[in-house]
Amino acid sequence: MGGDDIIEVCDLEHTFGNFAAVRGIGFTVKKGEVFSFLGPNGAGKSTTINILTTLLPLQKGTVRVAGYDVAREPGKVRKAIGIVFQDDVLDRDLTVRETMEFHGRLYTIPREERRRRIDDLLRIVELESKRDERTKNLSGGMKRRLQIARGLMTWPEVLFLDEPTQGLDPQTRMRIWDYIRQVNGAGTTIFLTTHYMEEADMLSDRISIIDHGRIVVSGTPAELKNTLGEDVVYLETEDDRKARDAISGIEEIRSITESPRGLSVTISTDGSHCLPRIIERVRGAGITISNVNLKKPTMDDVFVHYTGKELRDTGA
Amino acid sequence: MAWEFLTVYWREMIRFVRFRTQLFSSLLQPALWMAFFGIAMSSNLDRFTSSIPAPAGVIPVDYLTFMAAGVIAMTTLFTSLFGGMSLLFDKNWGLMREMLASPMPRTHIMLGVSLSGMTKSFIQASIIMAFGLLLGVQFFPEYSASRIALSILGIFVFVGAFSLGFLLFSSNISMRLESPEGLQGIMTLLTLPLFFVSNALYPIQAFPAFLQTLSIYNPLTHLVTGIRYFALGGDFFAVGARYTTSTAEALGSFAYLAVFAAVMYLLARRTFQQAAVT
Repeated sequence: MGGDDIIEVCDLEHTFGNFAAVRGIGFTVKKGEVFSFLGPNGAGKSTTINILTTLLPLQKGTVRVAGYDVAREPGKVRKAIGIVFQDDVLDRDLTVRETMEFHGRLYTIPREERRRRIDDLLRIVELESKRDERTKNLSGGMKRRLQIARGLMTWPEVLFLDEPTQGLDPQTRMRIWDYIRQVNGAGTTIFLTTHYMEEADMLSDRISIIDHGRIVVSGTPAELKNTLGEDVVYLETEDDRKARDAISGIEEIRSITESPRGLSVTISTDGSHCLPRIIERVRGAGITISNVNLKKPTMDDVFVHYTGKELRDTGA
Repeated sequence: MAWEFLTVYWREMIRFVRFRTQLFSSLLQPALWMAFFGIAMSSNLDRFTSSIPAPAGVIPVDYLTFMAAGVIAMTTLFTSLFGGMSLLFDKNWGLMREMLASPMPRTHIMLGVSLSGMTKSFIQASIIMAFGLLLGVQFFPEYSASRIALSILGIFVFVGAFSLGFLLFSSNISMRLESPEGLQGIMTLLTLPLFFVSNALYPIQAFPAFLQTLSIYNPLTHLVTGIRYFALGGDFFAVGARYTTSTAEALGSFAYLAVFAAVMYLLARRTFQQAAVT
């Protein structure tokens, strides 16, 4: 493992009673990157995060976070990390300022420094005007922003974001993505879990997908999408059989499958370059095209391919 | 020395003040005990016991004054037994994770919660003493101002040690349980024997031997003994019985409470150090 790995996980296993939640996983996160950890519910994601953040004791394997062993020096790991929890973990009866104040005091940040950071962070997440509002009166997006600000208060080396945009409206999500990019730009390593594949795709430098307690695939978003390979063109014509013959000579086409609803043509290179030629050939053969559609692999496809599950079936 | 437990204390006290119903009920409840139970019982008991004369030279104490010490003890018991409940809510609402994931030593969670429970007990004890004086409770008979101050301090030391023990116990149980209903069940079950097998409301001299032995091991008995020692002196007569408590006996009662608190601390510390979030 290289010297610039800020998280090193090796042969990690964890069982609850008879249930093996994590079955020997290993991965590294490089300093300064955005790393996404994806998987269906029950795949072992939360267990892994809880071990990395010292909330669960390590059973088997080695885990180092920010240079410290989680089993031997949990206190130092805790000092070095920030966490934004999945649910709204806020004390309803504290004000925004008190919520931040409480957190800062837990980490023994000196008073003056604490005040300065609270002012700065509340300005960044645009909650200055809500300073003395109790958290129960905040909207969902404000609550999430407050939690991000709280997670950043200790200037962590690694920020764990567990489903940071779950249940938020599109505008709020985009703002939170901006904050995440800003924070990452300032040097903080981000460990992200999310159920939104486009979020992982847009934000991450690297992604690992876990299922049934094992890592099934790791790579950059582009690599993962490329392993699925091909773009797919869907074609509906007045005579699919003839159309199939007409395009079968095109070099980039890897396979053609016929179905009652039309042809699906997988293409080994960039589908958008190949599509005009397909259309020309079919038209040239005198066949009318009623519908054409080009689909590039998305992170959703990658996820479904490796876990065999649709995200929306896994619930929240 | 780490002071993070003061942060937990600070938050618990904010909650106490903000949560109006809890605040008012906890302040009103002891006053209601004094006003209704106290007056009703004393008007009856004083009728019977007035026929038993106090020995010469011993101060006779009326029932309301006698039971005021018991009400302070009872209120402290209730508040302390349920004092750990906030941890259960913290746990169920996920708030505990923020504390467990922070570098704060985990024992500070229970220390902060216990300190705040102790503060609440001090406030309640003060209210009972002040309200009791209005109702005619004769605490601190003919004491000088400095002796009154010293006596109040002594009462607080006893209340503090006792509540610390039960708060740590309550925190420990809360940390292990899943549901508030479970905690409520356990604590209600404990309240009855602790309260009634003690000298809070009546003398234990008349108990059957078996109950007397039990009551001597009951921390509540030692708390009440301490409060009466400071509020009424080492020799008084109430409910047909003479109470003598030497300074050594009072110290013994305090030592018992201190040991109880220390044991509870050690047990709770184990639980908190092993705490994990699933």
